[in-house]
Amino acid sequence: MTTLTVSQLSKHFPLRDGRRRRTLRAVDGVSFELRSGQTVALVGESGSGKSTIARMLVRLTRPTTGEIRLDGIPVAADRRAVRRYRRDVQMVFQDPFGSLNPAHTVEYHLRRPLRLHGVARSAGDVRAAVHDLLARVNLTPADQVARRLPHELSGGQRQRVAIARALAPRPRILLADEPVSMLDVSIRLEILNLIDRLKREEELAVLYVTHDLATARYFASSIMVLYRGQVVESGPADEVILRPAHPYTQLLASAAPDPGRPRSSTPGGMRALRGGQQTATDSGGCLFRDRCPAAMRVCHTEVPEFPVGAGHMARCWLHRPDAGQLPPQPR
Amino acid sequence: MTLDTTAVTGTDVVLSVRDLSVVYDGADPVRAVRDVSFDLARGEVLGIAGESGCGKSTLAYAITRLLKPPGRVASGEVVFHPADGPPVDLSTLHGEPLRRFRWNRVAMVFQGAMNALNPVLSVRRQLADVFTAHRPELRRAEREERCRELLDLVGIGPERLSAYPHELSGGMRQRVLIAMAMALRPDVVVMDEPTTALDVVVQRDILEEIDRLRARFGFAVVFITHDLSLLLEISDRLAVMYGGRIVEYGRAADLHAAPAHPYTVGLLRSFPRLRGERTVLHGVPGSPPDLSRPLTGCAFTARCPYVFDACHHTDPSLRVAGTTRAACLHYDPALRPDGPPEALRAGRFDSGPAECAVEEAGGDPPVDTTGRQPRREAAEPPQASTDPVTAQAESAPERDGAAPETGPWPPTGGGTR
Repeated sequence: MTTLTVSQLSKHFPLRDGRRRRTLRAVDGVSFELRSGQTVALVGESGSGKSTIARMLVRLTRPTTGEIRLDGIPVAADRRAVRRYRRDVQMVFQDPFGSLNPAHTVEYHLRRPLRLHGVARSAGDVRAAVHDLLARVNLTPADQVARRLPHELSGGQRQRVAIARALAPRPRILLADEPVSMLDVSIRLEILNLIDRLKREEELAVLYVTHDLATARYFASSIMVLYRGQVVESGPADEVILRPAHPYTQLLASAAPDPGRPRSSTPGGMRALRGGQQTATDSGGCLFRDRCPAAMRVCHTEVPEFPVGAGHMARCWLHRPDAGQLPPQPR
Repeated sequence: MTLDTTAVTGTDVVLSVRDLSVVYDGADPVRAVRDVSFDLARGEVLGIAGESGCGKSTLAYAITRLLKPPGRVASGEVVFHPADGPPVDLSTLHGEPLRRFRWNRVAMVFQGAMNALNPVLSVRRQLADVFTAHRPELRRAEREERCRELLDLVGIGPERLSAYPHELSGGMRQRVLIAMAMALRPDVVVMDEPTTALDVVVQRDILEEIDRLRARFGFAVVFITHDLSLLLEISDRLAVMYGGRIVEYGRAADLHAAPAHPYTVGLLRSFPRLRGERTVLHGVPGSPPDLSRPLTGCAFTARCPYVFDACHHTDPSLRVAGTTRAACLHYDPALRPDGPPEALRAGRFDSGPAECAVEEAGGDPPVDTTGRQPRREAAEPPQASTDPVTAQAESAPERDGAAPETGPWPPTGGGTR
């Protein structure tokens, strides 16, 4: 049983705007836990900080503050410790066209992590391990696929290679950063089903970063909704999607394509929420208040997390316990 | 219930496409679009769905006469019916008449909100360009006024006229492109993946904007995307393309309620629904056919769970199939007197065919190794078909008491209603 515990993780980027200096809070005080055999979905729009979180978790980006513990042990900063840590925590990137080197074969991509992390040493072991990896991601016949170059593979096949590569060091945590957003709709589910099967077979803890609420609900046991670097709502997948508590989650859910919805009944009530660009910095209070149809004066003050159900929390003043028995649920 | 869903009464049609084929010439000519026919009614939204490489963008370029060599229209015709005046066969237009036709009558919103604008020209220059090219009689002040109106139309303030594309958000850039397409009040706007790179909320705004503009100006839209869930919501009628052909065509509601072609069935089972019960979904395993190789039979055989003998040597054409029209031999009464299999009618799409498909028999080992995967899974049914169910069962406790709403496998009814 492996647990990756993230507490109060923040990443601030300094910005220079002429002579003024500002801070972009890309990720601001995010805490959560990943456990073996579970998928947690991190949902948000582009720019919400979800990829930054994934990158901090694999140590591609150094957090400004906050702590990441793997089975209770904080990650040390020295190179050897980071390498050991990366053995356990691996990532699948969004773009299977960019994440594989066009000049190298599939076998090369899989051999490197095997050697680097000492999973297999002799040539025979490495070859067997490569074939085993390819078989695990359903790329068969393995000996033929291993000789191929990335351009000879389809997008879905490339993403399978990327997944195989992430599995090579035998990780316990798998971070999937929009693993299917560059793929055709018809093959997305295959890739997600593959990740789901591997999660079960290898007892992986999976973080699924996505902007697609529907697949988040389908594959994750719990969902965190990220807005401008903060988790504004989190809870069990069905709870968050079917009974969204935060106005932003409600907006996301109402905007998602829904073939069941008859034409011309698109909710006009949400128009007030049209976003536009927000300023990067803000002085406390709810970050969503400028777009929120329910904004109140209290929204200018820092919002704590309020429980709205079992394991379900929302960072919204509408849900403070003393707000009376009328938490509005605009649909 | 009408049987022929493609028939639109004569005068309503604004664009009719007949047996259109497009070939990219080369050592192995690629037949990207094969015998496509449809009628676009005035003011309607026709959705064209399909995965990458199915020919949907090529079709868009052929309709707008924007194909560049080595692409060429090999056969067929595209006829435009203006509200006033005689029909125009687009293939006969050349030079000045073609230049005047483009953008005046048929405009296009291109794929990729990020790249379709010129990064070194201001929005004003790019919008005004449409007017300098097509309305040279306008004076500078009038042009400026028209540009302001255009931006206002799509909800962008006039101060953005001086902005450069990099200063605009993705959604705004897409709005500018839509404004540009509106400039000359065209009868038809072809939109090629206009919202693909955008966030859901922005996407929803853009779709509403398009709907509003359409209600106001009454143009017809050909909306091309791979996102079938989106198309079902916004289209009046829908064409599903596969391997360069339209494999199913009908009213969006009918196609959603009772898809006929196995590919449509598979596509409809490719995206989980946001609300409603969770069902086990698989997508459509495998890769699209290589259109540079000669196809014998139906292009979908390699991925079709309902393939039978005739599929390997007969390429079906569209025929009436329930409430829609589908290019599938299961609806040929001569071959299938009892009609399509029960599972297909029930909207099931379980796995690939058990045996190898014909077009893979020759040549070097095909790249579509994933095409083999469904067959492999079919050989091990306990592993492949039950594991998503166990997945749901396993994760049930942590779903906070919510019972896993999975039915028995295989689910009936499909993810379609």
